Amino acid sequence: MSVKISEEKLFSFYEEMLFYRRFEERVLRAYTQRMFAGFCHVHIGQEAVCVGIQGLLEAHDYVLSGYRSHTQAIAKGLSAASVFGELLGKATGCSKGKGGSMHMFSEEHRFLGGNGIVGAQAPLAVGAAFSLKYKKQKNISVCYLGDAAMNQGAVFEAMNMAAVWCLPVLFVIENNQYGMGTHIKRVTSVDSLAKRALAFDMEHSSVDGMSVVSVYEHCAPIVEKMKKTGAPYLLEVNTYRYKGHSVSDPGLYRSKEELESYQARDPLIQAETILLQSKKFTKNQLEELNQKVKEKVKKAEEEALSAPFPEKEEAFKDVFVS
Amino acid sequence: MALLTMREALGEAMAEEMRRDSSIFLMGEEVAEYDGAYKVSKGLLKEFGSSRVIDSPISEGGFAGLGIGAAMTGLRPIIEMMTWNFGIQAFDQIINNAAKMRYMSGGQFKVPIVFRGPNGAAHMLAAQHSQNVDPLLANIPGLKVVSVSTPYDAKGLLKSSIRDDNPVIFLESEMLYALKGEVPEGEYLIPLGEADKKKEGQDVTLVTWGKITHKALQAADECEKLGISVEVIDLRTLRPLDEEAIFRSVRKTNRCVVVEENWPFASVGTHIADRVQRECFDDLDAPVIRVSQEDVPVPYAENLEEEVLPSVEKIVRAIQTVSYRI
Repeated sequence: MSVKISEEKLFSFYEEMLFYRRFEERVLRAYTQRMFAGFCHVHIGQEAVCVGIQGLLEAHDYVLSGYRSHTQAIAKGLSAASVFGELLGKATGCSKGKGGSMHMFSEEHRFLGGNGIVGAQAPLAVGAAFSLKYKKQKNISVCYLGDAAMNQGAVFEAMNMAAVWCLPVLFVIENNQYGMGTHIKRVTSVDSLAKRALAFDMEHSSVDGMSVVSVYEHCAPIVEKMKKTGAPYLLEVNTYRYKGHSVSDPGLYRSKEELESYQARDPLIQAETILLQSKKFTKNQLEELNQKVKEKVKKAEEEALSAPFPEKEEAFKDVFVS
Repeated sequence: MALLTMREALGEAMAEEMRRDSSIFLMGEEVAEYDGAYKVSKGLLKEFGSSRVIDSPISEGGFAGLGIGAAMTGLRPIIEMMTWNFGIQAFDQIINNAAKMRYMSGGQFKVPIVFRGPNGAAHMLAAQHSQNVDPLLANIPGLKVVSVSTPYDAKGLLKSSIRDDNPVIFLESEMLYALKGEVPEGEYLIPLGEADKKKEGQDVTLVTWGKITHKALQAADECEKLGISVEVIDLRTLRPLDEEAIFRSVRKTNRCVVVEENWPFASVGTHIADRVQRECFDDLDAPVIRVSQEDVPVPYAENLEEEVLPSVEKIVRAIQTVSYRI
């Protein structure tokens, strides 16, 4: 089955990517203005990955991720204000201000975090898929992993269990090529991370993650098949982060030329070009959209800023179910 | 009353709970077709089938994490560690995910899961197979920790642990699986967090838990012959700790010995000693004394192993010391 994206769908994906770009820019601004602290990892440059994949999901599918997950949380249905609020450590944050940048959660939206230990979400994602199979539900569990997580033992163990028990986990490697400052090729023996699936006889493929069209059209049949067979799948999405690993990283380990080569294939620019060529949308419309998105982000930030910090007693709550 | 072995009591607890609640499943190495490395899960595969009694690969971190993910999404897993020595492989999942998930998510997710298996030195298994994890895991907020010494306690506490909505670390012992004890017919539960007075006494309070409880009881009997009446408190649950049971006994006897199979440095015993001296300072007639493993890895040779583990003699000596009768 091959899927072709419609211009209308691409327009809505474009809006979503634009929203995440402006959101993460605003998050960085808030961080540099010292409105919050701790670690902060943003998705700028990688927007096409979650938009293309999560555009295919249903409310009852699970999503789990690592420490870079603000936009994936929003894509799963969490409000931008609750994610921004969590970053600011506010009581209205999606984890009541007790998780922060790395720990966005929503039971209601089946977003199971935000995990701060590289690769530790993989066994959890297999557990969520185990539950689905146990309850005979036809949904899937999506597990985002960074490229560097592919060298963690937990990920190997998780993939083996998903394969041997035929559990519906879509392992998505967001391959932005760097584990912090270390290029993946310096620490990994295979030339393509998708090949890791060969060890488990698991279906796998790679896709260009700078194009939301590619991601969406590539993943649509994968997700559809998974819902039928319940079998796991390893997808490598080749992408690039424009900013450092975290806010404190100036990115000295890579060249300006390398960064520019990816920016030339920016997911927003690619989508814009297609939309304008289709003649269904005008430059003015896209500019208006940009203004609208900026306003939405600003509103989310303002809502988060005006929210109260947690009461001190909150530090002692939620250790146990009482 | 029926006379059951510890392994039968634990197996009955799981079977009864699995009959009651279809969201419970058991996963671990050799739990299904082999009927359990120590036969605790004997018969469960036959009764509940392979979708609920599941042989895992040797991937402790992996299947511990799978259990946590399943618990977050509505199931109630029992994860068997063939021994807690292997369970150390799963510490990242247990400590970083099971214990912290509810807190980090602002109270959204519950993690109703039991991690169970034998803990501590057995017999001539050498350093890597003789680890006690109780001080390591009792240190972590968000985990409940249970350590059992009798078939009766094991059954009632395992059933409560399975019904608990929090992650529970359930510590057993290879040396106790064949131990027989009276277990009532029919259902009963023992709440987590309640210590049990295993022997009434007047002169010294002996606080202990798990397998070493039996040596503590032997030592208490020895001391009766020496004219010292010892009260033995089996904590049964380390988290939450039944402090009142300890304090009540110490306020009566005015003397306290803590007996544990942990290393002496930063152990559960140090915490109990701290709490007793703080809360019962005016009641104490002697400093709290601790009996623990020697501060070395557990050796293989039988005589060396015996040398480093707490013995009846060492416990008797501690009771005499705290009574100033040595």
